[in-house]
Amino acid sequence: MSDDAPINVVGLNHWFGAGEARKQALFDIDLKVARGSLTVLMGPSGSGKTTVLTLMGCLRDLQDGSINLLGHELMGAGTALNEALRRRLGFIFQAHNLHGSLTAMQNVQMGLQVHRLDDPKAEQEAARHALSLLGLSDRLDYLPANLSGGQKQRVAVARALVGNPDIVFADEPTAALDKESGLNVVAMLRKLGQKRGTTTVMVTHDNRILELADRIVTLEDGRIVSDRMVNPSV
Amino acid sequence: MNRLLQWLFGRLPIGWLQLTHSRTRFAAAIAGVAFANVLVFVQLGIMNSMATATLKPYEFFTADIMISASDANSLTEGGNVARQWLFQAQADPEVTLGTGIFVGNTSWPRPTKTLGLTSFGIDPTLPDFLSPVLKPKLATLQLSDSGILDMATRGLPPEEAAAIRPQTPASFEVTGKTLTLYDTFQGGGGFGGDGYLIMSDQTFLSLYPARRSAAPDHILLKVAPGADPETVSARLRELISDKSLRIRSYAQAKADDLKYQQTKRPTGIIFGFGVIIGVLVGIVIVYQVLSTDVADHLSEYATFKAMGYPQKFFLGIVFEEALILAVFGFVPGVIVGTGLLAGMKKATNLPLAMTWDMAVIVLIGTLVACSLSGAIATRRLAAADPADLF
Ligand SMILES: Nc1ncnc2c1ncn2[C@@H]1O[C@H](COP(=O)(O)OP(=O)(O)OP(=O)(O)O)[C@@H](O)[C@H]1O
Ligand SMILES: [Mg+2]
Repeated sequence: MSDDAPINVVGLNHWFGAGEARKQALFDIDLKVARGSLTVLMGPSGSGKTTVLTLMGCLRDLQDGSINLLGHELMGAGTALNEALRRRLGFIFQAHNLHGSLTAMQNVQMGLQVHRLDDPKAEQEAARHALSLLGLSDRLDYLPANLSGGQKQRVAVARALVGNPDIVFADEPTAALDKESGLNVVAMLRKLGQKRGTTTVMVTHDNRILELADRIVTLEDGRIVSDRMVNPSV
Repeated sequence: MNRLLQWLFGRLPIGWLQLTHSRTRFAAAIAGVAFANVLVFVQLGIMNSMATATLKPYEFFTADIMISASDANSLTEGGNVARQWLFQAQADPEVTLGTGIFVGNTSWPRPTKTLGLTSFGIDPTLPDFLSPVLKPKLATLQLSDSGILDMATRGLPPEEAAAIRPQTPASFEVTGKTLTLYDTFQGGGGFGGDGYLIMSDQTFLSLYPARRSAAPDHILLKVAPGADPETVSARLRELISDKSLRIRSYAQAKADDLKYQQTKRPTGIIFGFGVIIGVLVGIVIVYQVLSTDVADHLSEYATFKAMGYPQKFFLGIVFEEALILAVFGFVPGVIVGTGLLAGMKKATNLPLAMTWDMAVIVLIGTLVACSLSGAIATRRLAAADPADLF
């Protein structure tokens, strides 16, 4: 692995709660992720997968240890750096979190407007293209309330990918999808890795997806218990 | 609307889409803002009319300096002033002319209702102290026991007021004497009396035998062209030996009266409070609407935050909503407020009306109140980690 790894986690600890209720969720995590790779995080419920993901994705302040993300140290990072880094990431959450007042198109456009390109035509074109890749060409003007669970999740995927992120973080993105579209989404992420060098870190319980992974990291009780390269070509 | 807002903000008009997503809630929010606007308009209208009504009688006269008793907070209040001070004041080289005016209340018993008229007795040989509107009517006042009446007197039907002409005068009994009204002038009802009545000082003294010509209610002075009324007033305060007198420029006397009516008299204080309460109700309504809206969209906002949108983006959404609520609430607010004030004017004959200043002040006030509430509503969002909001 080269030293320009987009993600480099060293000695990461994390606690939740305060006083008596304070509980350590992560213990001394070290993890270096290679550019363009697809890493899968596995482990039982409550093992700390989401916590690791949100810390790597600048969605939580670091408490102890270090994460170097795209060349920037996250420990003690200020609001401005956090925001700038977040704009280079794509998130696909367990809950789709689409904005209920915006159409599928508009939701995807939000993934672009954060870059302030000020080119509405190009934005709409890109949003339309992203949705068509996910098979939603005929649902552009639907509000989330009128979409099925799987369709909503695919809109969320389009929104995460439309801005050409350097890294995609996905937390059980395929949970709401049927077998075929779930595999499609992951295959898409893999292709992006090969074509554009997009790095993906994904939490999943889905065995079918493991076959597409380059690396499988398993957490238990806040500790990494296994770290396997399954696709040595990367 | 969508396109206009998109062009205006350079992004999707999320605030607009969010607000209009639930039409009933949007309508309720607009109604709330409009209601607060109406509240403020009515109170402001009354405040304004009080100012107009307070200053109205000052318009009947033109003077540079006014000398009043220490307890005379307005034209119609307080004790009288000895005429000797008029003579003393005239010793000042820059005082060119002076007169005393008398103020009283005259009752005109009419079949339906007795009208209370605020009456002024003036010297008909000194036209310089009268407003241009009254000056041409001076000749009438030189007839004994004659008066001219405010045609806007409350309780007097306009056609009857219009019928009062030199050829067809109206008369009524005052303290056993007959007062004849030969003409009318444009006055305007106040909070005190139903209307105004102007007569000569001789007529006044004959109707009110207890009053003495040597003790008018106020003394009015004119100064030489180019002289500063303030400077001359200051000099007169030195010159005149009764230090309890209020010797002020006419403009200052007006301003003092207005301030007194608005801050010392219960009515003024109550209407002032009314304005504040209207503003508070407005802020509470808008804050309620915006903070509920932010709370309802917290997880969506958290997602935007996770995508790298800065705090000012959310402030922008909430300000957009505040702006929309302010403008949409303002329009019906102005319409209803104008109607209400017009109706109240009809009922009370007070100078109540929607004015441009009022409308502009209320619009700006609404925008500020809405934006302020919006800013407060987004504070919780600023403090939280996106991961804790999903
Ligand atoms: N916001 C929070 N406050 C307090 N404790 C938390 C919080 N988030 C997570 N935890 C705790 O931290 C531990 C790790 O949680 P985490 O959500 O990272 O697990 P996970 O591996 O993603 O589980 P799952 O598969 O159920 O999503 C758990 O014990 C959980 O109870
Ligand atoms: Mg989880």
